[in-house]
Amino acid sequence: MPDSVKLTIDGHEVQAAPGTLVIDAAKQAGIEIPAFCYYEGLTLQAACRMCLVEVEKMPKLQAACTLPVAEGMIVRTETSQVATARKYTLEFLLTNHPLDCPVCDKGGECELQDMVFRYGAGESRFTEIKIHTPEKQYSPVVYFDAPRCILCFRCVRICNEGMGVGALGVINRGAVSEIAPNVGDHLECDECGACVDICPVGALTSGAYRYQTRPWEMTHVGTICTHCADGCKTTLGTRNDRILRGNNRDHSGINGEFLCVKGRYAYDFYDHPDRLQAPLVRVNRKLEETSWAQALETVAKKFNETLAGGGSFGVIGSNHTTNEENFYLQKFAREVLGTNHIDHHRTGDVVTLLDALSGQQDKLATVADLYQRKAILVVGADLAIEHPLLSYQIRANYRHHQARIYVVTPGPVREDNYAAASVRGHEYESLREKLKVEPELVILFDDSVKGDGVRKLVDFGESLGIPVKYICLVDYSNSRGAVDMGLTPELLPGYHPAGQPGMHAQEMLAADLNVLWVVGSNPLKAGASRKAGFLLVQDMFLTETAQQADVVLPAACAYEKIGTVTNVTGEVQRLKRGVNTMGAKPDLEIMGFIAREMGVAAKLGPWAPEIVFEEIRKTVRGYQIPLPVIATGGAAQTMPVNGRIPVEVPSGLVRSDHNGLFDSGTLGRYSKVLNSVIESRLSR
Amino acid sequence: MLYNEPSPLETRVLSRRFGMPNSASIDTYLATDGYKAFLKARGMKPEEIIEEVKISNLRGRGGAGFPTGMKWSFVPRNSPKPKYIVVNADESEPGTCKDRLLMEYDPHQLIEGVLIAALSVDAHAGWIYIRGEYRYLIEIMDKALNEAYHKGWLGKNIQGTGFDFDLYTHSGAGAYECGEESALLESLEGKRGIPRIRPPFPAVVGAFQCPTILNNVETYCAVPAIIRDGGKAFADLGVPKAGGTKLTCLTGHVNKPGVYELTLGFPVMKMINEVGGGVRNGKKLKAFIPGGSSCPILTGEECQDATMDYDSMAARKSMLGSGGVVVMDEDTCMVKAALRIMRFYAHESCGWCIPCREGTTWLRKILTRFHEGQGTRSDIDLIGDLSKNMLGRTFCPLGDAAALPTISIVEKFRQEFEDHLNGRPCPFEHAGHMVTV
Repeated sequence: MPDSVKLTIDGHEVQAAPGTLVIDAAKQAGIEIPAFCYYEGLTLQAACRMCLVEVEKMPKLQAACTLPVAEGMIVRTETSQVATARKYTLEFLLTNHPLDCPVCDKGGECELQDMVFRYGAGESRFTEIKIHTPEKQYSPVVYFDAPRCILCFRCVRICNEGMGVGALGVINRGAVSEIAPNVGDHLECDECGACVDICPVGALTSGAYRYQTRPWEMTHVGTICTHCADGCKTTLGTRNDRILRGNNRDHSGINGEFLCVKGRYAYDFYDHPDRLQAPLVRVNRKLEETSWAQALETVAKKFNETLAGGGSFGVIGSNHTTNEENFYLQKFAREVLGTNHIDHHRTGDVVTLLDALSGQQDKLATVADLYQRKAILVVGADLAIEHPLLSYQIRANYRHHQARIYVVTPGPVREDNYAAASVRGHEYESLREKLKVEPELVILFDDSVKGDGVRKLVDFGESLGIPVKYICLVDYSNSRGAVDMGLTPELLPGYHPAGQPGMHAQEMLAADLNVLWVVGSNPLKAGASRKAGFLLVQDMFLTETAQQADVVLPAACAYEKIGTVTNVTGEVQRLKRGVNTMGAKPDLEIMGFIAREMGVAAKLGPWAPEIVFEEIRKTVRGYQIPLPVIATGGAAQTMPVNGRIPVEVPSGLVRSDHNGLFDSGTLGRYSKVLNSVIESRLSR
Repeated sequence: MLYNEPSPLETRVLSRRFGMPNSASIDTYLATDGYKAFLKARGMKPEEIIEEVKISNLRGRGGAGFPTGMKWSFVPRNSPKPKYIVVNADESEPGTCKDRLLMEYDPHQLIEGVLIAALSVDAHAGWIYIRGEYRYLIEIMDKALNEAYHKGWLGKNIQGTGFDFDLYTHSGAGAYECGEESALLESLEGKRGIPRIRPPFPAVVGAFQCPTILNNVETYCAVPAIIRDGGKAFADLGVPKAGGTKLTCLTGHVNKPGVYELTLGFPVMKMINEVGGGVRNGKKLKAFIPGGSSCPILTGEECQDATMDYDSMAARKSMLGSGGVVVMDEDTCMVKAALRIMRFYAHESCGWCIPCREGTTWLRKILTRFHEGQGTRSDIDLIGDLSKNMLGRTFCPLGDAAALPTISIVEKFRQEFEDHLNGRPCPFEHAGHMVTV
């Protein structure tokens, strides 16, 4: 087979690989062939007939979306015959399409609107009665307006192929065909909203966004989802300091077009009525609202007194706060408060993995690797539920590249449907012979593999004699960054040993510390009582931990601040501020203000995120990443620590929350959408 | 259904057992040279079987008329995948009712034809996809299959020849679209009946992604005769490029409607006047559909020297089609005929592609309104214009099937549309009867 074929499209000579479709070859040459049903990465349909082109020596117009290029082919995309065909197709489409564009959510970013504007006729000859059916609700987040539907079947395909769910299908026939749930009258699905996102018209609309705004009235802010550790880019559509929509509009970022229910809808915790908007200070055993100045003074006074009296401090950080905040917090703890009692909720044994891989290069997989590598081994985790993006990447890899997927999980998982082999339990050894003949492999493991288990798994991987990369699964948006930034009693930023290790989180909660400082975490959620003499909590909500605090400082959420986060695969991405919530401040600013109030600000340096990040880049191993990459919305992977980590980390502390699709730790409780989805399932 | 009186002008090859007592039973079949062709074919090489079918000039009887031998030769016999035989018994073309007789009165002839096709590509399993409305035929076919299994003409080691073949019936669910071969395969696989993107064609990637021979019932039924008597004998019955006989379903305004087996190249007027006993009530012939409602309609004049074969019909810009002949007399309202045809296609459009889905429905609405007397002069051009712009732009031939007859009616009977504007609502209402398609 030749490497490339030459063809002519609209007089331009185009070179394309054999098998390339004419529609793609034209795109490479900068020629747009309009289409509704053609969608890159999904199965071909040739249903919409918009992409018909003239091909020399072929009697009829040909669908460019299913026609492979051939040597010497002469294609014309702008002849009068083609223009007529497009005009008629659009006229046919508009016969039953309601012209409710003025109130349609999609108006302004509707592909049908754009096509009619470019290729359509000025007026319609259709004078009959249109088919009308009432709007239906398929789930808390998916509504369907059948008359607007142009039946391109993108939603059916993205649900079936992209998500591996297959909740949507087609009922009826001919002009009364309708997109409908495959089971009953509701969607049995992940509620990811991909069907809404992929709909070229306003047929599928979002329960969270519908009738809120016109698209052009919004400002679009590309930031990173704050829920799980996968680090999807989500573009917030904001207006007047309110987030109206989450989607990944330009398909940039490591997730492309993918978002799960959390990334697309669960931004809504930010304006929950329980959101704290003023500092609280305990007066006469009750928490009472006060001013920032008063609250900071109380905290600074207490901190300085405790320092002067040689008292003990403990600090518990967060899985959600930015790298800058985590770095500043540990610096605060170690350099100002003079303690190694600093920890966070560890959700995966990253430390042991990095140690086991010491001395080796290029051993940590990226999100992109899951789409490109020829074989994948999943140990422990139910990826489709806990790490939807990683699951999506693997599924796409299987569909597009026929990757071999191996699964070792305690129970059945979605990956079983296309796995080359599934093993129930924890024993991956039986797959050795199959894995040995693979050209390469990525191994993912969750918290069921920790401590010596990680070393055993790495030994297994390295004994296969093929290139192997690893991913240690962690739970939250900056779980990986928290370890990298030294939020542990044993390790400093960049995995340097911390000298005399301090107490870990459970020990701190049980100890009689003078001061316990909790930033963005809820360690007392199980209902334990605080032991510390003074409890300072920075949080968005009055969590179980905050309810026991002496001072609660209202914190901004990830969508209200700037900074960087590091995802499960060690890829650093930048948060951008979408909205502001009155009264709440970013944790970094709060810490800076405490330092200033204490008179130690000079010791810690400026608390501007950009400046702290510069310090991180200079001082933290692995974070010497190119700024332009993340500044332009890209992801840069941190380099693994290339040496032993001479510290024994108690692996018993590693415990994943195993959040499902619709929970997200404490944060998830404050999302209306997640709650409504959970309720709708309970009421079935 | 009662079989109609045979005509002396028929050439009964496929229908030779019609009317025999117990013609559907295997005993009758075996007593009348049944399964002999299979045994003969078992002694032939696969390429010899295909060659014989090529010599016979047998062309697909479902409507498209593709040479059968050539279709079989496209199956990659060295493919490691299993090969399958699928029978298209989803007879739904309006006016067509021949396959039901072939299955009702001579089911074993079909089974034998399938077995010979299986020998030619080394297939060991097949399905007969029967339209859901033919429920009673599924029972007849199942009974015949049971008999064949019982007597060792299906199953393992058929008649000690070492050849294994399993054949099953599969019910359609009431979609015209599933008569299109790739939609049929989708439906057979348990999916929604929508056509596939071709290429690849079923011969290479067919049922369950395996190479598949897919033909109409009548096509398979012709095969035993071809093997038994030789391809040449069959070819000689017809015209140079199309061999054998065609079961013609003579319907509409004729005195003796029915299914008649006529040689290819049979003159149209002789068929209407002598086989069919002439136009009913001595009326004049106004219009003629040669092979199912998908074919462009012919006027009475165009029929005068026409013959029932592929070339003669192609010369008149129509098609031989499936054999569903519809005769319309001078009292027929052609607007209503166009409406009836369009109602069928709008109802049967699968909804997959835009021009067919929306175009047929739009045309149905215009024609309904027009026939009710609410038409305007511009509607006449609009009907023709929309049909022409549906033609050749749809995903499968269903859109063409809706467009072709409509275009021909508007072009050839435009005056009747004009008359509707003057004699509202319909100048033919007084005639008291309408063509039923």
